[in-house]
Amino acid sequence: MNNSKRLLAGPYLLWMTGFIIIPLILILYYGLTDRNGAFTLANITAISTPEHMKALWLSLVLSFVSTVICLVLAYPLAMILRHRGVGQKSFIVFIFILPMWMNFLLRTLAWQTLLEKNGVINGILTMLHLPSQSLINTPGAIIFGMVYNFLPFMVLPVYNVLCKIDDNTINAARDLGASPFQTLIRIWLPLSFPGIVSGITMVFVPALTTFVISNLLGGSKILLIGNVIEQEFMKGSNWHQGSGLSLVLMIFILISMALIAKYDKNGEGSAF
Amino acid sequence: MARLNCYILTGSTGRPRQSGYLPGLLRQHYIPQEEHKMNKPLIDLVNISKSFDGTLVLDDLNLSVKENTFVTLLGPSGCGKTTTLRIIGGFETADTGSVIFEGEDISKLPPNKRQLNTVFQKYALFSHMNIAENIAFGLKIKGKSRAYIDDKIRYALRLVNLDGFEKRSVDSLSGGQQQRIAIARAIVNEPRVLLLDEPLGALDLKLRQDMQYELIRLKNELGITFIYVTHDQEEALTMSDTIVVMNQGYIQQMGSPEQIYNEPENAFVADFIGESNIVPGIMLRDELVEIFGARFDCVDKGFGNNTPVDVVIRPEDIDLVEPEKGTLRGVCTHLIFKGVHYEMEVTTPDGFEWLVHSTDLCPVGKEVGIHVDPFDIQIMNKPASEDEEAVGVNE
Repeated sequence: MNNSKRLLAGPYLLWMTGFIIIPLILILYYGLTDRNGAFTLANITAISTPEHMKALWLSLVLSFVSTVICLVLAYPLAMILRHRGVGQKSFIVFIFILPMWMNFLLRTLAWQTLLEKNGVINGILTMLHLPSQSLINTPGAIIFGMVYNFLPFMVLPVYNVLCKIDDNTINAARDLGASPFQTLIRIWLPLSFPGIVSGITMVFVPALTTFVISNLLGGSKILLIGNVIEQEFMKGSNWHQGSGLSLVLMIFILISMALIAKYDKNGEGSAF
Repeated sequence: MARLNCYILTGSTGRPRQSGYLPGLLRQHYIPQEEHKMNKPLIDLVNISKSFDGTLVLDDLNLSVKENTFVTLLGPSGCGKTTTLRIIGGFETADTGSVIFEGEDISKLPPNKRQLNTVFQKYALFSHMNIAENIAFGLKIKGKSRAYIDDKIRYALRLVNLDGFEKRSVDSLSGGQQQRIAIARAIVNEPRVLLLDEPLGALDLKLRQDMQYELIRLKNELGITFIYVTHDQEEALTMSDTIVVMNQGYIQQMGSPEQIYNEPENAFVADFIGESNIVPGIMLRDELVEIFGARFDCVDKGFGNNTPVDVVIRPEDIDLVEPEKGTLRGVCTHLIFKGVHYEMEVTTPDGFEWLVHSTDLCPVGKEVGIHVDPFDIQIMNKPASEDEEAVGVNE
């Protein structure tokens, strides 16, 4: 019995070793060595250059803002969904997931076309004799791209956890004298916290590391930490520098996850 | 009265109790028997109708609940009893009609503005709070002082025999304990009325019986009105001052447990409350009924002469006697030992199988006589059609 269980675990162990542990070790190796293979911390400390600090800071700010916007949009939606009939529920969830069936790059490219200087939106504005706006290549465009792409990852976990809350728990709170607002603050929010935490994780982490969205919607002027790392690998061919910065980014993600986990008593939603 | 004694017996069969606060002898005291302090009506339901997706669940229901009584809404699932409770609690709005609380129409008030509290079927405790926080919830909302709340928590936990549970988490409690916390959480708010929606439904038999006595004790100690919903007729008979039997959105009969059991008004009530033999009969004249050609003396009057009626005879009211001494003759065809009594079936020549409960054994195949005392025979009007069986008697 025990042996067969171990046998079953084999493929997963192999997978984890080959695709998770070894790559991590490689990143660690590259990050802590220079081109000659000698140990160095220079790749890590490279983050302190003004250029890199600016990119990291901007990344943190933009991902934070996107995550907050996603949460603010997703929670009421998940709340509405929860109170719909079964048929309606699955249809609306389906509509929200539908874009995810299309290629991520394609969707973001489509927004590039829409937001461009001579793009669809500005075309419509000109037709209405309104001044055309510079939409693309702004931090706003990047936030928009992040929210657009990552919103479903916030809606689904929050919606799932809301569905698990029993109607009578809410009725009990109302019965004991709580107003709708008090019920939201004291019952809905605390009980849905695990879903909120996993939603935040699923939006904040990819937003912090993205380089595609910022490449396509932010242009070359706005550099996020993801773009910096990408350039080290692709253009500069400096794997050591890229790995070092990746390690720094990982530390920042670990810190933010730890902060979230601290407030997640049940530990259901945390990434650990 | 024989039936009532029977329940006292089942309550003191010597099983180990979780807590020894209620000595066996004392329990008789908690069997509802006196109709004291039942004053003015506290809640009136007036012409309540409610339908879900076009299906009528409650049809023009009228119900008056007096202060300081234990009222049970009893009926099979889908009879509208839970909907009635939810309308009183404010979780459901009636399509028509109104809910009157002490002369005031509260139909439009949200649940948090009503002076009543509910104990839900599956406890509905707040899993993100500990026991003390759960109990304190209603009081904190009302802005009571810390000292007052602490006092109340201790008092409530003592009342439900869970002293010292303040810091425990909800998950660490058994079903019975959770249910008692749910009750504690409701009563600290000093509601005028406590609504209970099948609160013992999820508990096992012994725990359920213990909780029944505990609820009766609480009702007597707190002096608040209980409105209790259940489909369990034994539970209803044990605890209630008044039982409201419901079926298909109508009230079938309303009365004390003794009235409901001994004088069911129609076949549904007779059949739903305990086991019974319901046989067709002809009321020859006052106090004389003919069943399968045999004449039985009874005590009912006013049905007219030669009127077809339904006759209800409880299985424990049938005396098996020597064949020549019985009003009817039959052969015992079934025998099962049930513990307190034997359950037998006696088939009479017309083919009817009489259900008989007796502590005396009658072997299968033996010919016996059936005798019933006049006051054990309950006569009911025959329903004019099948549909009428569901029609209410409250209008």
